Amino acid sequence: MPKYLLLKHYRGGPEPHHPFQPMDQWAPEDVEAHMTFQRHVVELLEERGEYVGAEALTPARTWVRYGGPNAAPVTTDGPLPETSDLVAGWFMIDVESYERAVELAAYVSSEPGPHGEPLYEWIDVREVMSGAPSED
Amino acid sequence: MTEESTGRLDEGALRALVPRVLAGLVRRGEDFGAAEDALQEALLEAVRVWPDHPPRDPGAWLSTVATRRLVDARRSDAARHRREEATYAEPAPSTAPAAVGDDALFLLFCCCHPELSPGSQVALTLRAVGGLTTREIADAFYVPEATMAQRISRAKRTVRGRRLDQPGDLAVVLRVLYLIYTAGHADRVDLAGKAIRLARQLTLTTEEPEALGLLALMLLNHARLPARFDSAGRIVTLDRQDRGLWDTGEIVEGVRVLQSALAAARPGRYQIEAAIAALHDDAASAEETDWPQILAWYDDLVALTDDPVRQDPSAVLGRAVAVGHVLGAAAGLRETDRLREVLGDRHRWHAVRGHLHELDSDLSAAAAAYADAGHRARNVAERDHLIRQAARARRLHVEKL
Repeated sequence: MPKYLLLKHYRGGPEPHHPFQPMDQWAPEDVEAHMTFQRHVVELLEERGEYVGAEALTPARTWVRYGGPNAAPVTTDGPLPETSDLVAGWFMIDVESYERAVELAAYVSSEPGPHGEPLYEWIDVREVMSGAPSED
Repeated sequence: MTEESTGRLDEGALRALVPRVLAGLVRRGEDFGAAEDALQEALLEAVRVWPDHPPRDPGAWLSTVATRRLVDARRSDAARHRREEATYAEPAPSTAPAAVGDDALFLLFCCCHPELSPGSQVALTLRAVGGLTTREIADAFYVPEATMAQRISRAKRTVRGRRLDQPGDLAVVLRVLYLIYTAGHADRVDLAGKAIRLARQLTLTTEEPEALGLLALMLLNHARLPARFDSAGRIVTLDRQDRGLWDTGEIVEGVRVLQSALAAARPGRYQIEAAIAALHDDAASAEETDWPQILAWYDDLVALTDDPVRQDPSAVLGRAVAVGHVLGAAAGLRETDRLREVLGDRHRWHAVRGHLHELDSDLSAAAAAYADAGHRARNVAERDHLIRQAARARRLHVEKL
């Protein structure tokens, strides 16, 4: 069975379906519904035998590169341009097919937002290269 | 699992023998890592043999079998290195007299060797003294079992050949136990409970008031655990907890342990933090919290360091909350200003300011501070809690307009 990462982004990706405020400015009951949905996705994946893992990332990012011999690593400092892509977290799933991965990504994207309306958030679906060569 | 627990062999009792037997081997001059490996093999052997042939003295049996394994290991090493077998056939003579009661302390000093990183100290302590399997430790820290096995064996290599008959640094041991306590992911492995048991063992072997202080601190905080999360796993802050859910048994024990620590009149940070926890536990409702008394203890806490803002900023931040409740929210906020440079990027600093703004009835500022805290949180439960706090404060603000 192929594995896929369903990536959520803080920013970047295609033009959003519709603009929305950051979550801390939603009504408390909308926040609650959204968080309940996230837990529900994990439970659903576990129950279907499709769950591998889920993680969230903090928004802080440091770019690092080798500084050369006898030199400290080079890191970026200061905030990065608002346009750069920033991953927020992911679900890792193990599913029958690409179609199933797309179906699940669309379900994740239906998460409730302000006024209980779906967010229509873009989900970045990436296949994980498998560990063993396929048999011919 | 059911079969094991109702079977003829009590695994818990078996694991409880580990510290005494291991300490005996190491005191006799055996290498710590090799002795630990040999004892693990002896435990496996015990699980296999004891149901049919229960030993008369289980500890002596384990010690004998582990010793045999050590001799076997030395023989094959010796063959590899073409050395004389006879040199290694008997363990080196004991370098320190064995005092059975001190075994746990002695092993803790081994596991908390100052050359080990905190992560390795924690792993080795849980395995050698706590009796957890490598699998259980790996689960507790969400890493693959192979990764944890490697961390433990690297740690054992680091302490190999080090003299372990010197008294260790008790402060390091206490810090490691507190690390284990605070890492407690109750849903998988009960590390907090394990840390409490280890601290209790430790207090049987040392009179050091800070060891008692640490045990008291753990008990007094752990008592509130049943009220700290609701049924959906959401964080419930101290002021909103159902105090009827607190574990009164742990509170009583914690207060008793704290009193015996304070009786020595040698205060330290764990005793002071325990005293603060005791005052929270003692309040029948959030409104009845004795904030002036708490502030007095915080004054003692920040007095322990020369430059508390730099050396102990979390104490200064905790004190700012107490100042807010005693002298008013504005005074508390002024206290947090001193920490802006040191803690301004940490979620706790913003969360405390959110709380103080709310105390000051400035709900707009509170919502903004909670949101800033949420964006800096480093675990999902806290992030979600802070975003909820922001949304709640904003709603209250809008309703008041």
